[in-house]
Amino acid sequence: MNTVRQLDRVVIRFAGDSGDGMQLTGDRFTAETAKLGNDLSTLPNYPAEIRAPAGTLPGVSSFQIHFADSDILTPGDHPEVLIAMNPAALKANLRDLKAGGTIVVNTDEFTKRNLTKVGYDANPLEDGSLEDYQVHAVALATLTIEALKDFDVSKKDAERSKNMFALGLVSWMYSRPTEATEEFLRAKFKSKPAIAEANIAALKAGWNYGDTTEAFAVRFEIPPAKLKAGTYRNITGNVALAWGITASGVATGLPVFLGAYPITPASDILHELSKHKRFGVTTVQAEDEIAAVGAALGASWGGALGVTTSSGPGIALKSETISLAVSLELPLVVVDVQRAGPSTGLPTKTEQADLVMAMFGRHGEAPIAVLAPQSPSDCFDIMLEAARIATVYRTPVMVLSDGYIANGAEPWQLPAMADLPDLTVKFATEMNAVDAKGEEVFLPFQRDPETLARPWAVPGTPGLQHRIGGIEKADGTGDISYDPVNHDHMVRTRAAKIAGIEVPDLEVDDPTGDASVLVLGWGSTWGPIGAAVRALREKGVTVARSHLRYLNPMPHNTARVLARYDKVVVPEMNLGQLTMLLRNNFPGTEVVGYNKVRGLPFTSNELQDALEEVIKNG
Amino acid sequence: MADVKLDAPKLKAKDFKSSQEVRWCPGCGDYAILAAVQSFLPELGLEREKIAFISGIGCSSRFPYYLNTYGLHSIHGRAPAIATGLAVSRPDLSVWVVTGDGDALSIGGNHLIHALRRNVNLKILLFNNRIYGLTKGQYSPTSGPGTLTKSSPMGSVDAPFNPLSLALGSEATFVARTLDSDRAHLQEVLRAAAEHEGSAFVEIYQNCPIFNDGAFEVLKNPDTRDESIIRLQDGEPIAFGDKVVVQSGYGLQVKDASEVDAADVVVHKSDVDDPAYAFALSRLSGIALDHTPIGVFRNVKRPTYDAGVRTQVDEAAAGVDRKEALDRLLHSGDTWTVL
Repeated sequence: MNTVRQLDRVVIRFAGDSGDGMQLTGDRFTAETAKLGNDLSTLPNYPAEIRAPAGTLPGVSSFQIHFADSDILTPGDHPEVLIAMNPAALKANLRDLKAGGTIVVNTDEFTKRNLTKVGYDANPLEDGSLEDYQVHAVALATLTIEALKDFDVSKKDAERSKNMFALGLVSWMYSRPTEATEEFLRAKFKSKPAIAEANIAALKAGWNYGDTTEAFAVRFEIPPAKLKAGTYRNITGNVALAWGITASGVATGLPVFLGAYPITPASDILHELSKHKRFGVTTVQAEDEIAAVGAALGASWGGALGVTTSSGPGIALKSETISLAVSLELPLVVVDVQRAGPSTGLPTKTEQADLVMAMFGRHGEAPIAVLAPQSPSDCFDIMLEAARIATVYRTPVMVLSDGYIANGAEPWQLPAMADLPDLTVKFATEMNAVDAKGEEVFLPFQRDPETLARPWAVPGTPGLQHRIGGIEKADGTGDISYDPVNHDHMVRTRAAKIAGIEVPDLEVDDPTGDASVLVLGWGSTWGPIGAAVRALREKGVTVARSHLRYLNPMPHNTARVLARYDKVVVPEMNLGQLTMLLRNNFPGTEVVGYNKVRGLPFTSNELQDALEEVIKNG
Repeated sequence: MADVKLDAPKLKAKDFKSSQEVRWCPGCGDYAILAAVQSFLPELGLEREKIAFISGIGCSSRFPYYLNTYGLHSIHGRAPAIATGLAVSRPDLSVWVVTGDGDALSIGGNHLIHALRRNVNLKILLFNNRIYGLTKGQYSPTSGPGTLTKSSPMGSVDAPFNPLSLALGSEATFVARTLDSDRAHLQEVLRAAAEHEGSAFVEIYQNCPIFNDGAFEVLKNPDTRDESIIRLQDGEPIAFGDKVVVQSGYGLQVKDASEVDAADVVVHKSDVDDPAYAFALSRLSGIALDHTPIGVFRNVKRPTYDAGVRTQVDEAAAGVDRKEALDRLLHSGDTWTVL
């Protein structure tokens, strides 16, 4: 009989070769965990190469999940449990494992050749180097093949099911239900029922292995988290973004037009939206990044919600067209799923180094709105905001997601359709002025005095034919104008329009009200900062926190908030881009940057240390 | 223009003139093209608001400002991409692209070939003057080798594009050539282009009196034009002056009519499925312009990209209540409820 022990939280990392199916294994474990009602957060980490040479360190792919009986904010700093499918996975991940952690290792891959390939002189399973850990050495492949010997599958296919054996074993260890995974496998291998049944048998064999062998003395349970009442699902940032774009079409009543060119880590948005034609969503896979944004702008001119999605290198190529959209004053939503740069950089790793490009990376004075989602599920809400600002103010809006929230997942309380904002767009349909001769005319740059937006008169509207272009135009008439005074006026007007965009006030979390240090983040650092702040407060440290979802314009109370604190600590996965903006926009504020660019999200621990340091030094 | 309805309003050329002052150089071939287009547009039988002109950058790209339709003067080379977005999302519009040799073939080459490959429902008018005009006279991708310009003082060493060969190689379904100075022919070609479903590519030889004056003089001078221009007419033997066109090896060749049996003269058919024929026609003339065919080289039917995209969306979206479908999407797959 195994002992069952209750835990409040655990961090598990599945690691193996790129071909071992670790992302799928992690996804299924996540689904089982979500079903059980734990709060969770995940972090996939995979190489840029589709199939790096088997068994090598560059070929290691991993998936980390943090789940708990209370709400959590990050995928966890250090795993307590590591599933290593080969020596490379062990070597690449061991240093992250907590001292005394548990290792489940696939001994079948620990051959002399594989050990040499990753630089092990001796077998770490035998040389005592792992004695500080609890090691479960399991011949995963052998056991899987043995379990499937009566199945009508090849030995190769049987061996390939070893990830399901591992999933079954870990599911048993952490008391996760596997029925949904069985259903999933039957659906996934619908056309190959023998493979489906073999995988299910491997899953069960893994579970039974845990249940019957003496090796696993303890089994764990993590009770459900007390989340707010409602219906939840697990969601990644990229899917939430795609659904947010779809919802924006519903909320605005406009057809959605996505122009995109494949690029990591944004391609999944294109894939997801391509499935949603029933919402009137058109996706065009363009010949290049420039054509992608161009087609989106052309569709916007025609009255669609034009959207383009990419990552840093692609955004750089789109820059000229975004400036044209600034000059035309047409709606355009641009999504940048940031990755580590410059150039190809680390295409599958995360970074926040495109903020300054989003703000200023165009020619001429070309301000646009810039927003950043703070978590995977926030990607849904931020897209609705992007659509609101783009259509109301007739402006490009840049949304800065990143690789961390794009691929990371968390539970999301599903919004009710009744709460979907009404973003209905009014196109211009009538003349809006009278000319010197007393005749009614249409002035394409006659502005709304409140928003400074110009009318959106789409081609096909009778009587409102007009010409727009990248040449400077006279305010009001829109006629070509080389007048110096008019140009100065237009530059300032376009800037004032963006500065005047209505955005919600910055909220501050300062429970005692007497903190002297404020942590201010933006984008995907929300989770790690929140976890660090929570841990510090548990230790009795006083600290306030706030998070910017609107980078341009910043909330109109930002200056007032910053003025309340002696120091503002700004953690960023770049070398200080928000820090630079704050110093410029709010001189007098003492801004302390905390910056790392390792392609990985911050750990809560390092942020705690950094914050404590600043607070201690007053 | 698949969905465009021909309800024949009685418009005239002057109805297509905008209030803007036309600002090309005196003597520019663009004036003649503008006048020809303005007097042709009423033939489309469309209300002005149903017509959209999109251009890139260059002298020719000022064109939309002078037409009383919807117009968009965009950025260098990108007009076909922007027009693709409009054409795909707005089947009720007649969408035209105006571009030049630098705009379409240099900086925007990629968008041009992909628009043609996809067969997007666009009418692309390429004004070819074989020079960069707006930037004051550098050689262009259609300038001949040895062209002396500010950026090639010892003569250009670039090999030029043959725009029609390029369009044909890009799987274009409609390819034609005409001249700025021949209004009747220009309008005849525009008519055929407008009637074509899919991408129509029209090269218009256009004189730049400032930087490349007389580039097409051989096609205009009464002393030389008859032996230089080959007027293509569907169903007619290809003959001009005292010359005819016959098959030769893998292509076509110009011969003296007296040397050839009349039965061997090639009869022009723009709907020949094999693009090799139109390609061979496009190779009859080079930079020197001797034996220059004008007219419709190729005019074949192929499904259009925009109709294909719209059909998928329309079929998927038919009868869908979007809000309800969104609610279902959000609740699809694994969900759980906390009480």
